[in-house]
Amino acid sequence: MEINRVNTRIIPFRFEYYSPSSLEEALALLSKYGSEARILAGGTDLLVDMKQRLMEPRHLIDIKRIPELKLLKEDSRGFMIGSTVRLRELERSKAIRERLPLLHEAISSMGSVQVRNMATIGGNLCRASPSADAAVALLALEAEAQIAGPTGTRRMPLEEFFLGPRKTHLRSDEILTGIYVPHPPENTGSSFIKLGRTSLDLAIVNIAVTLRLKGGAIDHCRIAMGAVAPRPLRLRNVEEFLLGRELTPEVLEKAAGMVEASIDPITDIRATAEYRKEVSKVLLKDALKTAIERGGELRA
Amino acid sequence: MKIEFILNGRKRRVDVEPNQLLLNLLRDELGLTGTKYGCGVGVCGACTVLLNGEPILSCLTLAIEVDGKTVETIEGLAKGGSLDPVQEAFIETGAIQCGFCTPGFIMMAKALLKENPEPTEREIREYLKGNLCRCTGYVNIVKAVKLAAERSKASKLDAQSAL
Repeated sequence: MEINRVNTRIIPFRFEYYSPSSLEEALALLSKYGSEARILAGGTDLLVDMKQRLMEPRHLIDIKRIPELKLLKEDSRGFMIGSTVRLRELERSKAIRERLPLLHEAISSMGSVQVRNMATIGGNLCRASPSADAAVALLALEAEAQIAGPTGTRRMPLEEFFLGPRKTHLRSDEILTGIYVPHPPENTGSSFIKLGRTSLDLAIVNIAVTLRLKGGAIDHCRIAMGAVAPRPLRLRNVEEFLLGRELTPEVLEKAAGMVEASIDPITDIRATAEYRKEVSKVLLKDALKTAIERGGELRA
Repeated sequence: MKIEFILNGRKRRVDVEPNQLLLNLLRDELGLTGTKYGCGVGVCGACTVLLNGEPILSCLTLAIEVDGKTVETIEGLAKGGSLDPVQEAFIETGAIQCGFCTPGFIMMAKALLKENPEPTEREIREYLKGNLCRCTGYVNIVKAVKLAAERSKASKLDAQSAL
């Protein structure tokens, strides 16, 4: 049926709506309705799909009333970000801006004020877009996903959480409950760069870098990129190459070449694969230089 | 499903379907057609309203979700026949041509000035990034926000010196 495929004025089918007030209730509903159910958080992706009939869940489980999913907590080891925390709350958080400036930078680049007021960090990650800005920053920050299911909770590195476009490790009866982000080592500088056709766009390519120098040589380095592979990528081989080296022009060139060889971008509506390969080299150099300028220096 | 919410300062009770969007509740059932349908997918900002004071997109919000909350639309700005200063500024700077994007921009401007009473031009443009205008080229819209901010500051200073 082609009718109503491009109507975005209404949601052209009926569904049941639930608003559980506990995680147990939500998991029970998810188990009961299985593939006929979808989790509703911010709705900025799901409702768009529903309007276009790309998804037609019979049951919508709104998880925004569940208390523990809304919490943003910090302790001496790091942050625990509940999955329904809105992007705007993260953007406004002074603690995140000061201790995780990389995440702050990434989230500030996402969507618009209106979208950030509605969208949640968990919803964004579960969408598993290869270009997700928050995901790229969180990969460089070595974040972990916290997942709840009928048999209990589990944690996994965010790097393993993404399987491909729109595919995560979540089983159909599981909910992402939060993201754990450890505090970066002291005195790391960081940089997030996002290239888009307009100021309000998905990334053509994005990159997140954390870096620290000790005695002029790199002693800590994490690099993640988005929109260059089916999922957001940690570039471990480039990180290993840079470790212990000084950031000379030759080293930068070699690292950029390694990035080009490690990524596998596609040609799509936003850019060609060739452009993405070229611009990735530029972004790597820019991001590394900026991270150093921002004080990624350990005074021994 | 019965919901209850405060709309432009007045308590409303309505019966809504789960699949009903806030935008359509406001326009079709409650007769408030100031908020516009532009794109329906969250990129144009024409459907912007304030929910508990924060700007959101009513085309991507289920009507159910405003239960127990406060909604403000463009219709709620003018008080007792007098236009809101932001509305006046938009008129004076020529920020309105066809007017379709205007309610969305004005609601955003109200939210911006509440959070940041003296925004720079860059901050204004960044904040309004989620609202599109096909007529004006944005220059006069930015001027309107600046003008509204200046006037608000001036009237605050007047009020202080009158004390």
